[in-house]
Amino acid sequence: MSEIVKITNVTGTAVTIRGNDIDTDRIIPARYLKEVTFARMGEYPFFDERFDGAGNLKPHPLNDPKYKGASLLFVNKNFGCGSSREHAPQALYRYGLNAIVGESFAAIFAGNCTIMGVPAVTVSAGDIEQLMQTVEKDPKTSFNLDIEAKTISFGEQKIAIDLPETYRSALTSGSWDSTALLRANLEQVKKTATKLPYMSNFPG
Amino acid sequence: MAGRTLYDKIWESHAVGILPTGQTQLFIGLHLIHEITTAPAFDMLREKGMDVAFPERTFATVDHIVPTDVRTRPFMDAEAEELTQALEKNVKQFGVEFFGIDSANQGIVHVIGPQLGLTQPGMTLACGDSHTSTHGAFGTLAFGIGTSQVRDVLATQTLAMDKLKVRRINVDGTLGTGVYAKDVILSIIRRLGVSGGKGFAYEYGGSVIDKMNMEERMTVCNMSIEGGALVGYVNPDGTTFEYLKGRPHVPTGAAFDRAISYWKSVASDADAKYDDVVKLIGKDIEPTVTWGINPGQAVGITEMLPKPAEYSDPAGATKAYEHMGWQPGAPILGTPINVAFIGSCTNGRLADLRAAAKVAKGRKVQSGIRALVVPGSAEVKKLAEREGLHEVFKEAGFEWREAGCSMCLAMNPDKLNGNEVSASSSNRNFIGRQGSPQGRTLLMSPAMVAAAALNGKVVDVREYQ
Ligand code: SF4
Repeated sequence: MSEIVKITNVTGTAVTIRGNDIDTDRIIPARYLKEVTFARMGEYPFFDERFDGAGNLKPHPLNDPKYKGASLLFVNKNFGCGSSREHAPQALYRYGLNAIVGESFAAIFAGNCTIMGVPAVTVSAGDIEQLMQTVEKDPKTSFNLDIEAKTISFGEQKIAIDLPETYRSALTSGSWDSTALLRANLEQVKKTATKLPYMSNFPG
Repeated sequence: MAGRTLYDKIWESHAVGILPTGQTQLFIGLHLIHEITTAPAFDMLREKGMDVAFPERTFATVDHIVPTDVRTRPFMDAEAEELTQALEKNVKQFGVEFFGIDSANQGIVHVIGPQLGLTQPGMTLACGDSHTSTHGAFGTLAFGIGTSQVRDVLATQTLAMDKLKVRRINVDGTLGTGVYAKDVILSIIRRLGVSGGKGFAYEYGGSVIDKMNMEERMTVCNMSIEGGALVGYVNPDGTTFEYLKGRPHVPTGAAFDRAISYWKSVASDADAKYDDVVKLIGKDIEPTVTWGINPGQAVGITEMLPKPAEYSDPAGATKAYEHMGWQPGAPILGTPINVAFIGSCTNGRLADLRAAAKVAKGRKVQSGIRALVVPGSAEVKKLAEREGLHEVFKEAGFEWREAGCSMCLAMNPDKLNGNEVSASSSNRNFIGRQGSPQGRTLLMSPAMVAAAALNGKVVDVREYQ
């Protein structure tokens, strides 16, 4: 049995990647999906935006030494749209980013983050701008994302965050890794299945 | 009490219970898998020492990385070979039915589910692929999931889910000649935005949708996710039942009649209550082409490229212009192309190939243009060849390939080079999507792609009807 890990807080410095509608093809180009495991995904986030064809660094927040070691990622609207590839949140997480704060997230991406134990939380457009400017002005700013209290704080400031109550509950109770929870009800699952006519070829 | 939607009905009949987190444990009637998003899911099962709970409810195929020209094993691409072998090993170990590279049933997962009659109304369906919404064309509650969720479906045949709201989208009136299902969905996304569907299931209806055949409905539902909607569906009707009749996994005889009554019962009630209703008029829809880097950045063929200020996200539009290299105010008509791609789970079915072949017949692909036709499944290929469509395409100068995802996402040898411009019948024009970080994609209907191939530039397919 795997141990229950409750995710209540994420603290540390942050990095900002600006822009709306950043799709998962940009977060991780499809060619890296050929790998059989997620083990090396941490090497690839935003690969084509960080490296040119010859492997030289391009200007990108994830290449900027100022932001090295960040644990939080700040983004804008509809982050993670497009392909369902879990490789995208895996790449960000394995790179070292343990939480994402944005104006909004695409549905499958937010679900993938939660089931991996990575909080993807939302704030207003004004608040994300303030958070982004804070990091850009002082990359050493330390943030505390409190999932229980639904706030993000830095210095003297505290901003309200939002996330679906079901996701908050899954993270803070340690049931984000849902398999065990679901598997505990297998008897009930079978009962539900029996009631569905297509499961038994539409009996008379 | 107000009537219920199809979404409500399927949700309720498939709910196993409420989890301590407040999420619903939802039974998944059909699970489809392919080579890309599943290997770590099976590894997680092994790690946890779990089996597949309902192996007979999962079906597997290979589509994303398969080459569409030379199919001999081992594949030239060692990683593609390794990933394919991983799937072959996993389906064998866990007892899952598999349509491999040599199977007559191989094809893009969203093409073969309906084709085999696996996809049926009144079912929940999940697949580790965002275009799973395609299956909603049958009145199926179908959605894409990530790899950890694939693990959950394998281990329990259920998922922890939150209920969506339902937006009814009526497309009324009729479509003009040369206007296709692809133009309808591109117009919907253009209107509602690429994140406008967040939190919603889209229910498509109205006379335009009612008149569509199943393949056209699949094209519409396929791109729901491009509008931010996890789920898109059409209520099942006579067209649906007619399509399903006689397919391999569809019941026969008296059981088929009973199936029809179940399928009818899941359709939204006439007095169903929707969280939102949107209306489009069929005759307002033109052949539509994307000009930017997301599917919402689209214009009608007779329009000029919009100014960034006309968008709610001007910075996003500016970035799109930087990547594409066009100028606002220029016509989309006449934009030169280098590559023409007909295929994908959006537009790689028989009706799509017929529409493209009708345009290509007796004409020639402009010299210098690389033009590819990639059937969505081995079965589509066979049926198309029976009608002689392959000859029409080959005579016109198109390459005729084996089934797979091909240049929709270029995880196989079919790719754009440099900053080539592709006229594509696929669903995503994201930066880098077709295999080159500088590549540029214009999404349009298969008939429009064929017409573009003949002219080496974007043209109005209505001149070819
Ligand atoms: S055709 Fe394209 S969108 Fe469809 S499943 Fe394949 S890669 Fe995904």
